[in-house]
Amino acid sequence: MKAVRSMVLVSSDPQSMAQGAEDVYELIEKELTNFGLKDEISLSMVGDVGRHDAVPMVIVYPEAVVYGPVRPDDVHTLVEEHLYKGRIATALQAPTKELTGRIAWLSARKGTLPAEQRVVLERAGIIDPTSIEDYIVHDGYQALGKVLSEMSPADVIAVLEKSGLRGRGGAGFPTGLKWRFVSKAPGNKKYVVCNADESEPGTFKDRLILEGDPHTIVEAMVIAGYAIGADEGYIYIRGEYKLAQERLSLAVLQAKEMGFLGKNIFGTNFGFEIHIHAGAGAYICGEETALLESIEGKRGEPRSRPPYPTTNGLWGKPTLINNVETLANVTAIIRNGGDWYRKLGTPSSPGTKVYTILGNVNVTGLIEVPMGITLREVIAIYARGMKNNSTFKLAQTGGSSGSIIPASLQDTPMDFDSFSKAGVALGSGALLICNEETCVVDLARVLLNFFRFESCGKCTPCRVGNQRAYQILTNISEGTGTMQDLENLQNLSDNLYQLSNCGLGQTAGTPIRDILNHFRAEVEAHIRLKICPVGVCSMSGRKQ
Amino acid sequence: MTVEKLDKQAVIDVVHIAIEHHGVSREELIPILSEVNRALGYLPVEALAEISTKLRVPKSQLFSVATFYQMLSTKPRGKHTIQFCESAPCHVAGGQQVWQSLQDELELGPGETSSDGNWTLITTSCLGICAVGPVFLIDDDIFGNVTPEQIPDILARYR
Repeated sequence: MKAVRSMVLVSSDPQSMAQGAEDVYELIEKELTNFGLKDEISLSMVGDVGRHDAVPMVIVYPEAVVYGPVRPDDVHTLVEEHLYKGRIATALQAPTKELTGRIAWLSARKGTLPAEQRVVLERAGIIDPTSIEDYIVHDGYQALGKVLSEMSPADVIAVLEKSGLRGRGGAGFPTGLKWRFVSKAPGNKKYVVCNADESEPGTFKDRLILEGDPHTIVEAMVIAGYAIGADEGYIYIRGEYKLAQERLSLAVLQAKEMGFLGKNIFGTNFGFEIHIHAGAGAYICGEETALLESIEGKRGEPRSRPPYPTTNGLWGKPTLINNVETLANVTAIIRNGGDWYRKLGTPSSPGTKVYTILGNVNVTGLIEVPMGITLREVIAIYARGMKNNSTFKLAQTGGSSGSIIPASLQDTPMDFDSFSKAGVALGSGALLICNEETCVVDLARVLLNFFRFESCGKCTPCRVGNQRAYQILTNISEGTGTMQDLENLQNLSDNLYQLSNCGLGQTAGTPIRDILNHFRAEVEAHIRLKICPVGVCSMSGRKQ
Repeated sequence: MTVEKLDKQAVIDVVHIAIEHHGVSREELIPILSEVNRALGYLPVEALAEISTKLRVPKSQLFSVATFYQMLSTKPRGKHTIQFCESAPCHVAGGQQVWQSLQDELELGPGETSSDGNWTLITTSCLGICAVGPVFLIDDDIFGNVTPEQIPDILARYR
């Protein structure tokens, strides 16, 4: 890559595109030519920059100045002032108050926020995701080269096991161990599957990785193929993620042209192919066996387990299934070693975690921090406190299948073991932070509505249980609930957990269990006093 | 494309193009259905029958797959489909009021299509753009940070 004086990045996430990012890009290109700056300034579309309040955004490095929202009319001034004359066009800058929180790294000064550490999002928002050259300049395909030239498949698995990486899809299964299982499974034909069916409400970390740094997934999948002895891989990507699909397809094409995919990679005997499979809108397909059914062209209904996909996966062959964020850790671990990774995070959960911060806080967005940070820190430091100085009441983690965490647990370190000891789940990394204006009955009702809608209907506890639980919660929110309902809810929650076939049903009862454990008084007020203490529920069925 | 006047031959042509694109294989069933659905707006009975013959998949299985996925529809939809996100992050950010306002403005309930064939209103689960909730889609266009007051203006652009 040739040396340039300045780098200009244009955000191109779906919202930016909808707000005319492409026009802005083309106009900047034109203006650069007009001013004769084309050779000394690089211009790239960079996917999601982690901030959506002022899109489309234009970021100029090395000064790390963020402009936004940039309208076509602003482009001339921006190019003339900043790039031609070298003065920051302050009038066009994005509001600074939100800047440091939402896209902490955009200030480009390490250490502006405590503990911010980037492994997974190292390149997202900084490189041009449509350029394989840009990826290679930023250490891309180095790990693959190292693996194929210096390491045996067993070495690769050993490094991963040493790193202590645990799956980031929600369950936290040790990744190295999973790779070992598949590598040991009998059979000549094996598959690597990347689970990019991100549909957990409130979670969009995988989209950001896929849109901002697609090659890291391609590279990690090839490494996985080498380690477990597979020559074919599938990326199952959510049907709604159109931009991510385009970016991945392009990345696969480029990798093929460069010889990182196909036969005889790096002149070795090892070959690997990647297919991209778009989903058609079904939350359940994020469940790994439902995902396999869907790739095979069937209804996305989970299979009975055991046997597990590690021995009987896609078309009955041993299959390795990893989440996008899990795979995005792989290349950095190979490059830097397992010991380096262990230095991040906590002993039981090494590494970093990407969180999406949402809800009643001042700054919403995405952060990548070491495992073990507490909710209090997230709210105070990254989210810049609660909106309008309101009081923190609860956080809902990991989308719908996460837990409802009361304020009393806000000092519990967020890692797999501390959370499971406290009886809550980390989930997929969404943190929906709610203030005292949120009613727990209303929240649980919305969550149950989601499960009721997304249940595939294959097994009865989930199909009927969610419907029943939703109905009871609706009754309570309308003021027609009875104390017997609470016992019924508890039973339904237990039945869902114990009897459901897959993870969807097993976690669907969590919100019920959590509100009865932590907010019982508030729920009982709806029944005994026929009031919603927060004033959210309609109480429309109440007899005067 | 208007849904009432789908000519049978046109439907079959679309199916053939999609099958040619993806190949005759059970594995390609969902991509084929997605492409036909995109081209025609929904999956008419004629299209399912033709896919069934070509791929040698029983119609019953085809129908079960086609009705399973949110992005596939076996019923005609309006010219514009509005998908409103009803997941918790949007709900907490004021989604309920926006949803009510959408229904009032369109005089439609969830899953209904307007009598002039212009609108279909459906709810959807999380779309992954929660940082700007409440969120809805009109066709492929995203609207975020929506307030009830903005609804008439937004809809007017598609009338």
